[in-house]
Amino acid sequence: MTQWSGYFGLILQGALVTIELTLMGSVLALIMAFLAGMGRVSRFFALRWLATAYIEFFRGTSIFVQLFWAYFVLPFIGISLTPLQAGVLALGLNVGAYAAEVVRGAIQSIGREQYEACIALNLGRWQGMRHIILPQALLVMLPTFGNNAIELLKATAVVSLISLTDLTFQAQVVRAQTGNTLVPFTTILIIYFILALLISWGVRSLERRMARGLDGVRA
Amino acid sequence: MEWDWNFVWEIMPTLIQGVKITILATLLGSVLAAIVGLGIALARRSPNKGLSRTVGWAAEFIRGTPLLVQLYFIFYVLPDIGILLPPLVAGVIGLGLHYGTYTAEVYRAGIDNVPRGQWEAAKACNLSARQTWTHIIIPQAIPPMIPALANYFIAMFKETPLLSAITVLELMNQAKSVANTYYRYIEPITLVGAFFLVISLFSVVLLRWLERRYGKIER
Repeated sequence: MTQWSGYFGLILQGALVTIELTLMGSVLALIMAFLAGMGRVSRFFALRWLATAYIEFFRGTSIFVQLFWAYFVLPFIGISLTPLQAGVLALGLNVGAYAAEVVRGAIQSIGREQYEACIALNLGRWQGMRHIILPQALLVMLPTFGNNAIELLKATAVVSLISLTDLTFQAQVVRAQTGNTLVPFTTILIIYFILALLISWGVRSLERRMARGLDGVRA
Repeated sequence: MEWDWNFVWEIMPTLIQGVKITILATLLGSVLAAIVGLGIALARRSPNKGLSRTVGWAAEFIRGTPLLVQLYFIFYVLPDIGILLPPLVAGVIGLGLHYGTYTAEVYRAGIDNVPRGQWEAAKACNLSARQTWTHIIIPQAIPPMIPALANYFIAMFKETPLLSAITVLELMNQAKSVANTYYRYIEPITLVGAFFLVISLFSVVLLRWLERRYGKIER
C-alpha cells in the first residue's frame, strides 16, 4: 500500500502555490485592468493607443506563449525571472487585459445623465470618476471580475510547465512516483473546482455587500 | 543575444507544419464544442430533472477546472481503463468538451431569446416538438449566437498550445523542439507569439464582420 498521506501533503503544498499564484496574479491583473481600462476611455490619444495596444497584444496571443516568452526569452535580453515571478507576470498581464475591457465596458455603461450631473456639479474629470462613476461601475464589473479570477485560477495550471511546483506539477510528481494516474489527477480536479467555487462564492457575497443601500439607485 | 533572420527562415517550414496542426486541432475542436454545447443545452432544458441536474453539475465542474489537467486526465488516465487515444484525438476531445460547456451557455441564451410568442404560435399551428425546434426555434436562435460562438472558437485557438503538454506536435511543441535543438529561444518563441497575434487579429476582423452580418436580427 502506498503512503497516500505523504503524497497528499505534497499535493497540498502544490495547492498553496496555486493559491499564492492566483492571489498575486489577481492583484497584478486588477492594477493592469484599471490602468488600461481607464486608459481606453482617456481623452489623450497616446494613452488610448497605448492601452489598446496592450489589450490587443495580450488578448491576441496565448497565455501559454506569453509565459514561455517571459521565462525563456526575457533572460536573453538580460531580465532573469524566477518561475514564480514569470508566472505572476504572465498571468497578471494576460488576465489584466481581459479585465481592462470589463472596466471600460462598465465605465461606459454608466448613464449619460451621471456624467452630465458631474458637469452640472462642477466636478473635475477625476473627481467625477472617483466619486460618481467608479462606485457605480465597480458593481457592474464585479461579477465579470469573478469569472476572470476563475479563468486566472485555471490558467495557473500552465505554470507547471515552467517547473513551478503548483497543483498540476505535484500531481505529475505523484504520478511519476506511484504510477497511479487516477487518484492524483482526480484529487487536483476536485481541489481546483473547490477553489473556483470559493472564488465565485466570495465574489457573490462581496457583490451583495456592495449593493447594499443602492437599491432603487441602480437602473 | 541578437535576432537572427537567417535562423528565422531556417526554422520557418517546421513552424508552418506546427501551424497546420494547430489550425486542424482548432477546427476539429470547434466542431466538437458546437455539438457538445448543443447537447448540454438541450439536456439542461430536459423535463427530466435527474438528467438536467447531472448534466448541469458536470458542465459546471468541467468549466471550473483547468483545461491542462483535463487533457492530462484524458491522455494519462483513460488508458488505464483501456481507452488509448492518439495525442491529437485526446487533445481535440479535451478542447471540445471544455469549450462545449461554454458554448452550451451561448445556446441557452440564444434559445431563451426566442420570444415566447413563437413557441405559442408553433403550438397554435399544431406543430410537433421536433417540427417546432427544427422549423421555428433553431432557425431564429442560431444567427444571433454566431458571433458569440466564434468568440469562443478564437479563445480555443489560443488554448491549443496546451496540447504540446500531451505531446501533440503543434506550433508550440515544434517551436520548443527547435529551441531545444539549437538552444535559441528568442526567435522560435517570439515567432509563435507573432503567429498567434496575426491569426487572432485576422479572426477579430472576421468576428466584427460576423457581428455586423448576424449580430442583430430585425424583429
